This record gives sequence, C-alpha cells and structure tokens, in this order.
Amino acid sequence: MSLEAVRRMVRLRGRAQLTVRAVLGAATALALTATAGCGGGAAPGSAATIGGSMILATTTSTQDSGLLDLLVPLFEAQTGVQVKVIAVGSGAALEMARKGDADAVLSHAPEAEQPLVARGDLVEGRLVMHNDFVLVGPKGDPARVRGAGSIEEAMRRIAASGGFVSRGDNSGTHAKELGLWAAAGIDPGRVPRREETGQGMGATLNIADQRRAYTLTDRATYLALRDRLSLEVVFEGGERLRNVYHVYVVNPEKHRGVKAAQARAWAEFLVAPETQRAIGEFGKDRYGEPLFVPDASRQPGAAGR
Amino acid sequence: MGELWGGLAEAVRLIVSGDREVREIALRTVYVSGAATALAMLAGVPAGYALARSRFPGRMLVLGAVNTGMGMPPVVVGLVVWLLLVRSGPLGGLELIYTKEAMVIAQFLIATPLVIGFTTAAVQALPPELPELLQMLGAGRLRRLWLLAREARLGLLAAVMAGFGGVVSEVGASMAVGGNLQGQTRVLTTAIVTETSRGNTERALALGIILLAMAFAVNLVLTRVQQRAR
Repeated sequence: MSLEAVRRMVRLRGRAQLTVRAVLGAATALALTATAGCGGGAAPGSAATIGGSMILATTTSTQDSGLLDLLVPLFEAQTGVQVKVIAVGSGAALEMARKGDADAVLSHAPEAEQPLVARGDLVEGRLVMHNDFVLVGPKGDPARVRGAGSIEEAMRRIAASGGFVSRGDNSGTHAKELGLWAAAGIDPGRVPRREETGQGMGATLNIADQRRAYTLTDRATYLALRDRLSLEVVFEGGERLRNVYHVYVVNPEKHRGVKAAQARAWAEFLVAPETQRAIGEFGKDRYGEPLFVPDASRQPGAAGR
Repeated sequence: MGELWGGLAEAVRLIVSGDREVREIALRTVYVSGAATALAMLAGVPAGYALARSRFPGRMLVLGAVNTGMGMPPVVVGLVVWLLLVRSGPLGGLELIYTKEAMVIAQFLIATPLVIGFTTAAVQALPPELPELLQMLGAGRLRRLWLLAREARLGLLAAVMAGFGGVVSEVGASMAVGGNLQGQTRVLTTAIVTETSRGNTERALALGIILLAMAFAVNLVLTRVQQRAR
C-alpha cells in the first residue's frame, strides 16, 4: 500500500467518525433540552389548585403600566397556574388567538376583536375595565388643539399644521388613531409630518417628545412616563376616547391544545370582585389617580366612567 | 449626561445591593447563552474541522453558507424558530415556545455558524501534514484530535468568544421565542428593552453596564486561557 493511500484512508475514517460524532452530539443535546422543556412546563399545585401553565396574549399597555405585575402573581398564588404573558400589540395578540397560539387574550381593540368573536376563535368575552386615550402634544400647543370642541375638531387642527407620531404597529392604540382620523374625515397619509414608529407606547411617546409632535396615548402609559416627558395633555374626554379592555378564552373546540381550564380561570379571576377592587386601586398611590376603572359589573360594550 | 451618570450610579447600586431580580436575570443570561455556546461548540467544532480538512463537491457552497450564517440577523432566526415552535407550528406539540430551552435552540442556531467559521479558519491555519505526522508518531485517534485541538487552541477559543459574544448580546431572537417572561425567560438584553419601554432609562442603562461587565469577565477568562503558555 502506498503512503498516499494510507493518508487517504486516515482522512476518510477520521472524517466519517467526526461527522457521526457531530450529529450524535447535537441530537443528544437537543433531545435533552426538549425533554427538559416538556417536564418543566407544569407547576406543581395542591389538589385544590388547577396548576399547569397558560399563554396570555395581551397589549403592551397592561404590562408597561405594571398592572400585570400586580395581578399575575395574585392569580398564580390562587390557582397554581403559571401565566406566560406575551405583551404585543392588540393586532398581534389577536393574530395569536386566531391561530390558537395563545390560551387567553386581554385586548383593547373592540372593533378588531369582533370578527374573531364572530368566527368563533374567541369565546366567553368579558368586559374587564377601561381607561381612556388622551391626545398629548408639545408645550405651547402650536396647533391650538386645547380649544377644540370635539375630538374630530382636535384631529383636524393637528392635521392642519402637522407633527403627529403614530404607533403604526397594529396595536389597539394605532387602530383607535386610524378610527379618529376617519371620524374627522382626514386621510392620515396626507397629514404633514405624520410618522409611524412601529414601536410600543413608551418608545412612541419619547419620539413624539423629541420631535415636538402630537400623539395619541393611553392615559396609563402617559402617567407612568409623564415625569420624563415635556408632552402635555391637550385633549381628553368623550365617548370616542374610551379605551375598553375585554378578556377572552381562545375557543378550545376550534383550536387543539388550548388550555381551556386555565384560560377560564384567568377570565374568572379578572372579573372577580376582589381583583376588580385591586384594579381600581392600582396606580393611586403613585400617580394620585387610578390608571384603570373596573367594569366587570357592567354589561359588555356598555362601559362608562 | 445626567442620565448616563445616573445609570452608572444605579448599576453600582444594583451590584452592591445584590438586587435579587437582577442577579437572577444575570444568572439566567449566563445559563442560556452558556448552554447555547456549549452546544454550538459540540456541533460546530467537528463540523468546522471536517469542513477544513475535507474536499468534496459543493464545499465552496457550504463554506459560503457558513460565512453567510456568521452574519445572520438573529431576529430572522428568532422568527423562524418561533414559527416552528409556536403551538400552530410543526413542532408546537413539544410545548417549547416561551421557555429557556427555546432560547437555547435559537441562540444555538445563531452561534453555530460562528463556531464553524472560526474552527475552519483555525484548523486550516495548521500545517496540513500534522494529522498524518501524529499518526506516524503513534498517536491514537483521540490523542490525535486532542493534540490538534491544542494546536488550534487560539482559534477555538476565538470561536467560543465569538459564539458567546454573539448570543449574549442578541435581543430579537430571545424576545421572540422566549417571550421576555418575568422570572422565567427574561435575560439582560430583553430586560433592557422592557425597562426602556417603561421609561426606566437609568435601570436600563445599569443592566447594560452589567451585561458589558459580564461579557468582559467571561472573555477575560477565555483570553487568559487562550494566551497562557503561548
């Protein structure tokens, strides 16, 4: 056998062995992580609790305001259910529900929720709470929005001089903004210096602040960030600016794998009198006013201040 | 300027006071990125070695793919892994979405091309006759690999550093597949995003400083190993 042949054999054997080892190593590791993940999902609970875990798709405002940091631990203590809060815009939250990728949804875009309710993706909807949207703008109010008699008039005044920062992220707030432009008879694409951030409320408020522009915000996020902003409330109040939150269970009969018991327990928890009291108190100590108004005692769709 | 100094002061305060949540987030970051890097080494070093030492049709294509993978946007990896693992996806039944394991998988996919690329470069820098020479000298197969790895030590440790550095600082994929769950899958980068969106810029900056310090500490250890007895 020539030296060259020996060399080739050595190379071939070494290569085959390395390949097998690489594949086996990666496969074992992945299998280990996979089994670890399956076992780790369920939280141990006593006989009285439900246990398990669930995915809650919700809006950024409930998380950014800190409300869920208060409610989720209470719920987990009561039921032993581990809640995975996925805070995205209402649009993305509803899309997760449509595909059965979440178990429950807490959302504030009633118009966008309706088609999913009609198609049977969302069931057992309940009114949880509301707060309101406000228009904020730079100090000095260059577009003189403050004197506007209605929200439509306020939107027209902003459109006349421009300078508006939009979420542009299919969130409930973005949907509300588009609805307000429509109600005022304005094409948002033609508003001078109207920009879309594609980001959450906090980031969008910061950008509006830097741009000295107007924006639409939920009151909770604005209050949470007010100290760091020079933006001021220039228009508030009225039925059109109401920001209504509903909770839904993703239909377990339509989507396999939905954790119906856990999702129902979460919906029940949100509308329970004790939780509703906690919602009504939330934020009072820090901002001098509550961030949300509990509504569970009212009929769905009939929220009022 | 005020916020920068405030952030620095906050970072020192958080570290000195041993803030429990921050400590957990930092440990979780090391765990997820460390596991992903370790797995990437396990798969990427042999693959990189094989790629360096073998010649086969399409090798250029594979090398090109690896080099592209080295610069792959993590957020794309996150999106693809999310689509695979989410309940309606093909692997949804595993219930891996929004777990640390999902983050390890995504970060593994980000780090592996880096490890393969660096390993290939390191092995190709070795004298090509070395394996045969070692065999002639009577070294067994395992011993040969060990000696080769020792020779390629500088490059292999560069691969660890590149892999770990790439995944520990990555935010898009971790956010997508981990969900940034408080107490479960929140790591330093996603915590920074959260604090920023909440307007807590000083705390966000403090977490950023801790992340930098951590990455520096890890790399310092690796650099020491790499440079020792050169």
